[in-house]
Amino acid sequence: MFAVNAQKITKYFHEPSTFAVLSNIEFSVEKGEFVSLIGKSGCGKSTLLYILSTMDTDYEGTLELNNQSVTGLSQDALSRFRNEHLGFVFQFHFLLPEFSALENVMLPALKLGKFSNEEIEHQAIEKLKQVGMDEYARKSAGKLSGGQQQRVAIARALINNPAIIMGDEPTGNLDKANTYIVLDILKRLSEENKQTIITVTHDPDFAAKSHRIIEMEDGKMVKR
Amino acid sequence: MKSFRLSLKIALVHLLSKKKQTIIAMLGVTFGISMFIVMISFMTGVNDYLMDLALDGSPHIHVYNPVKTKRTPLSASVYDTSKTQIFVHHQKPKADQNRIRSGFQILQEIQKLPYVTNAAPQLSSQVFFNNGSLQFGGVMMGVDIERENTMYKLYEKIESGSVEKMRSNKDGILLGENLALKLNVGVGDRVSLTAPNGSVFLLKVVGTFAFGMTSVDETRCYVGLNTAQKILGKPSDYITDINIRIRDYNQSTAIAEEIQALFGYTAEDWKKTNASILAGEIIRNTLTYVVSAAMLIVAGFGIYNIMNMSVVNKMRDIAILKATGFEAGNIVSIFLLQSLIIGLSGAFLGMFIGALLSYGIDQLPFPAREMIKLETFPVNYEPIHYILGIVFGFITTLFAGYFPSRKASKIDPVAIIRG
Repeated sequence: MFAVNAQKITKYFHEPSTFAVLSNIEFSVEKGEFVSLIGKSGCGKSTLLYILSTMDTDYEGTLELNNQSVTGLSQDALSRFRNEHLGFVFQFHFLLPEFSALENVMLPALKLGKFSNEEIEHQAIEKLKQVGMDEYARKSAGKLSGGQQQRVAIARALINNPAIIMGDEPTGNLDKANTYIVLDILKRLSEENKQTIITVTHDPDFAAKSHRIIEMEDGKMVKR
Repeated sequence: MKSFRLSLKIALVHLLSKKKQTIIAMLGVTFGISMFIVMISFMTGVNDYLMDLALDGSPHIHVYNPVKTKRTPLSASVYDTSKTQIFVHHQKPKADQNRIRSGFQILQEIQKLPYVTNAAPQLSSQVFFNNGSLQFGGVMMGVDIERENTMYKLYEKIESGSVEKMRSNKDGILLGENLALKLNVGVGDRVSLTAPNGSVFLLKVVGTFAFGMTSVDETRCYVGLNTAQKILGKPSDYITDINIRIRDYNQSTAIAEEIQALFGYTAEDWKKTNASILAGEIIRNTLTYVVSAAMLIVAGFGIYNIMNMSVVNKMRDIAILKATGFEAGNIVSIFLLQSLIIGLSGAFLGMFIGALLSYGIDQLPFPAREMIKLETFPVNYEPIHYILGIVFGFITTLFAGYFPSRKASKIDPVAIIRG
């Protein structure tokens, strides 16, 4: 059973002139795998990640996530899919600064609307505990440090128990200590919860700790 | 419902996080709506006042016999006009041309009509009032004082003396306030009056009245119908006008036409008599709506600007919401709700301030006593204007907020997150 199954993914950039950023990418990721995408700047690894994230729909080929074809779905359907099955951690943590850490974690679950508000709050506090941020739950997200924000962002990515968690340089902006904390959390998620993790990273130490490294060059996978 | 509550929550957090901007945008709407309320309350106040004036001072329908200076010459009935050409140079009107023949029978018939509430006979004529060696022109109205009283609420317009004294005084006269001032007479004094045929009568002033229109108060006087007939030397069935009140004064035009067709005399309704007032009303209404619409549009642009800025400032937030699964519709509702909250709270505050300002204007003394008599500026408080204000505020902000919201929903999260 594959968490990610990509067939013949090709994407073109049209500015300044048309060229293929990704050509005929074929790869799959098994459930519970922790995969790192590495490569030089401009090799297409982030582009690939955003196609896998379903946010970028301008590509050729087919993509299956969690055994469900997502190619050709409408934007709203993709939104609902992301909400339920995908979690994201970005380089610049991207919390909503006016909301508290707890509210940031709760938002995707409130959107999903599967549980009552009290239930969601309880779950959110659990997730914050998992990343060691429960004591900052009521603090405004804008007032947290970078490492703390990144941990809250991970808790938010976990709130709907997604099948796949994607990270775009999740530790790119963090110091050593925080990098280890984040790495540790991600590793535990894949090993204990069997959640699939795909991250783009520049950090060779980080990549070395993952289960599998995929190296990219000029829009192709050179090492799996 | 759940997603609406979520959108509302996010919208409120956004609004509260930039209070200054929110308040400024809100004040734009507040200003527009309050001005709209003030203007429309004042303008319709003026309209209603003038309309009351017009309806009080003139009958709904006025039946009379206009003077025809051209008529078929008598010789035409003797000679065959197809064979003979008849020339009459400079025809003169007949002496009692403006008389309504068998006026009292017509009056009775009119009163039987279902939509007529009241009808009164009248004999009006130009007269001169004498004050020493000076003479003032005026209009004498010979009326059935009881009916006149019920039709025009004459007792409400009495400034001194009383209408009741007209009953006991056969030679009693009610003078317009300004006319009495010009003649320098008061209640109980005698006033000398010259009829068009030259005869002079002495009448006893039993009261003065004020309609509020100088043109009326300076020239009009009321005497009993019989007294008027005596002064003019006419028989007791001689009347020149029939004034009619009807149930619904908006129907006056059609009813006037019917009465004219029934009895053959000219029937003019109040709309024709007061055409200038009605034209003024249309102009004032147009002005009110044009100016209010302009102000609301300006307020709308204010909201549009602020919402646009807010969307630009919140690009990262929008991207993150979309990445975590918020649909385009959720994003639209988040920003549309913000603009509607701004618009509606602004509109409610505007209504409140508008009502206060209208009340203030209501208390201001009206300076122009010369033309019309009015103590303070006329203002009315119609709930419909306040509802209109809210509806206008709602629609403007809906439009102003829609385009920035749609822009927000079209933001590509990848472009923002990748930087």
